[in-house]
Amino acid sequence: MGLLVDIKKKLKGFTLEVAFKTDGDYLGILGASGSGKSMTLKCIAGIETPDEGRIVLDGKVLFDSLKKINLKPQERNIGYLFQSYALFPNMTVEENIGIGLTCHQKEKAQKVSEMITSFHLDGLEKKYPKQLSGGQQQRVALARCIAYSPDVLLLDEPFSALDSHLKDQVQTEVLELLKLYEGEVLMVTHSRDEAYRLCKNLIIIDKGTLVLHGDTKEIFEQPKLLAAARLTGCKNISKCEVLSSNSVHAADWDVVLKTEKRVDSNIKYLGIRAHDFQIARGDELKDENNIIECEVKKIVEDIFEYNIILESGILFKIKKEEWDNRKDKENLFLKVPEDALLLLE
Amino acid sequence: MELSPILISMKTASAAIALTFMLGLFVARWIVNMKSEKAKMILDGILTLPMVLPPTVVGFFLLIAFGVNRPIGKFLLDFMGVKIVFSWTATVIAAVVISFPLMYRSARGAFEQVDQSLIMAARTLGMSENRIFWRVIMPLALPGVAAGAILAFARGLGEFGATAMIAGNILNKTRTLPLAIYAEVAAGNMQTAAYYVIVVLVISFIVVVSTNYFTIKGTKYL
Repeated sequence: MGLLVDIKKKLKGFTLEVAFKTDGDYLGILGASGSGKSMTLKCIAGIETPDEGRIVLDGKVLFDSLKKINLKPQERNIGYLFQSYALFPNMTVEENIGIGLTCHQKEKAQKVSEMITSFHLDGLEKKYPKQLSGGQQQRVALARCIAYSPDVLLLDEPFSALDSHLKDQVQTEVLELLKLYEGEVLMVTHSRDEAYRLCKNLIIIDKGTLVLHGDTKEIFEQPKLLAAARLTGCKNISKCEVLSSNSVHAADWDVVLKTEKRVDSNIKYLGIRAHDFQIARGDELKDENNIIECEVKKIVEDIFEYNIILESGILFKIKKEEWDNRKDKENLFLKVPEDALLLLE
Repeated sequence: MELSPILISMKTASAAIALTFMLGLFVARWIVNMKSEKAKMILDGILTLPMVLPPTVVGFFLLIAFGVNRPIGKFLLDFMGVKIVFSWTATVIAAVVISFPLMYRSARGAFEQVDQSLIMAARTLGMSENRIFWRVIMPLALPGVAAGAILAFARGLGEFGATAMIAGNILNKTRTLPLAIYAEVAAGNMQTAAYYVIVVLVISFIVVVSTNYFTIKGTKYL
C-alpha cells in the first residue's frame, strides 16, 4: 500500500530523478526553487508525463513507461492543491467545491454544504473567489480537493501565497482541516519551517536528484549531506579535513573542532547552525579546541535577536538581551559545543 | 431608395457571423490543443491568409473553387443542383472566408490566455476535456471571444472585394450595402449612398456597444 514513485524526466538544465515510497504519514518534499519538486508532484498527478519510470498508488498502476501505461489525470483520483489555489474565477464557492463531484444533484448539494461547514465557509457560498481573502481562498481550494475523496492529496507550496502574518494561523488551521482527510498527504515546500512543523517524513531534492529521505526531525538534527544542511537552514558550512575519529580541521575558518560524534573518513564538510554558537567565558578559553576568535564585520538586527557576521564569514545569532548586556564586544571568542557539529559528506 | 441591400446585408452578415463564430471557435480549440508546434505554425499561416491577402485575391480563389466548371462548383451543381457563383450563398461564403481569421485568431489568443493551472486543476478534479472547455475555458475566454466576434461581424458586414468577384452586384439578390454604396456613388446618387452609409454606421455601432455591454455583464466575476 502507499504511493510508489520511481521516475526520470529531462528538464531544462538537469534531469529529475526521484524514487521513493510513502508509508501513510505526512511526507514533505523540500528543495530549492527550480529543483524539480513541483514537477515531481505534477508527474504523480498526471499533469506532466515522466520520460520513464513507474508510479503506483495503492497497487493501482498510474504510470509505467515499460508497459505503456499512463492514466489521465481524470482517472487517477489524486487531489492537487495548486500554489495559486487555481479556483475557477467564474464559479461561486459552492460551484467550485462541487465541480469535482460526480454524484447526483441532491447528494452533491449535501456534500457541498457539509464541506462548507467543516471548512468554516458559511455565508460565503455565493461569493466568487476574487471576493475572498487569501486564507478563505485556500480553504475553498482545500475543500474542493478533499470533497471528492482523493486517494492521495498533493499540496504544492500551500502557504507561499499567504501574507507572513497569516501564515502561522493558516498553517494551524490547515493541519486541523487535514484531519478531515484520511488519505496520504504529500507536501512540496521550500520553507524549512513548514517542512519541520507539518511533515513527519521528509525528502530532500537537490537539482532534480533525491538526496535524502527519512524522519524529518532526524534529518534536521543530522542532515548528513551538504545540500541537505543548506536546505535545512544551516548557515555556516566549511570544507574540512578529518584528523581523527572525533576531530576535524575546518579549513575555511582554520580551526580544529572536536565532536562527540564519530567522524568517518568520507566527511568532507562540516556545518554549525547559527543558533548553536556560544560566547566563550573566561575559563573556557584555556581549552584550545572548539574556540574561534572573532572579528565582527557586520551586525544585522532582527526582531528578537542579532545576526552577527564575522570576517571569516561565520554567522551567529544571539539574543538581543544577551548581546546588549555584554560589556566587552571587541574581544570575542566563540565556543562550538561538541554536540553542535554537523558532519557532512 | 431601394431597401433590399439593407435586408440582404443583414441576412448575409448574420448568417456569416453565425458560421464564422462556430467555425472560428472550433478551429481555435483544435489548433490550441495541437501538440506539434510546426504544424501549428503552418496551419496558422494558412488560416490567417484571407486576412492579409487583398480581398480580390480571395475572390479569385473562391471563383476557382466554386466556378461551375471547377471541381467543387461542378459537384454542387451536378449532385445537389446548387449554383454558388452569383447567388446569395456566395455573399455569405465570401464574408465567412474573409472574416474567419479575425474570429479564429481572437479566440485562439483568448484560449491561450486562460491560466494553465486552472485547466490542470480541472483535470485533477476529474472534469472531462469537453466539460473543461465549456465550464472553464469558454467563460474565462469570453471577453476575447466576444471581441473577435465583433471584429468578424464588422468585417463581414463591410465585405466588398471578394463578394463582388464571386457574388457579383445583382440588385435584389447579391447587392449588399457596401456594393450598393459603390453602385450609387458610381451612378452619381450621393444622396442615396449617404442613406446606406448611415445604416451601416448605425448597425455597426449598435453591435459593438451591445456586445461590450453583454461581455461586461457576463464576466462580472473576473
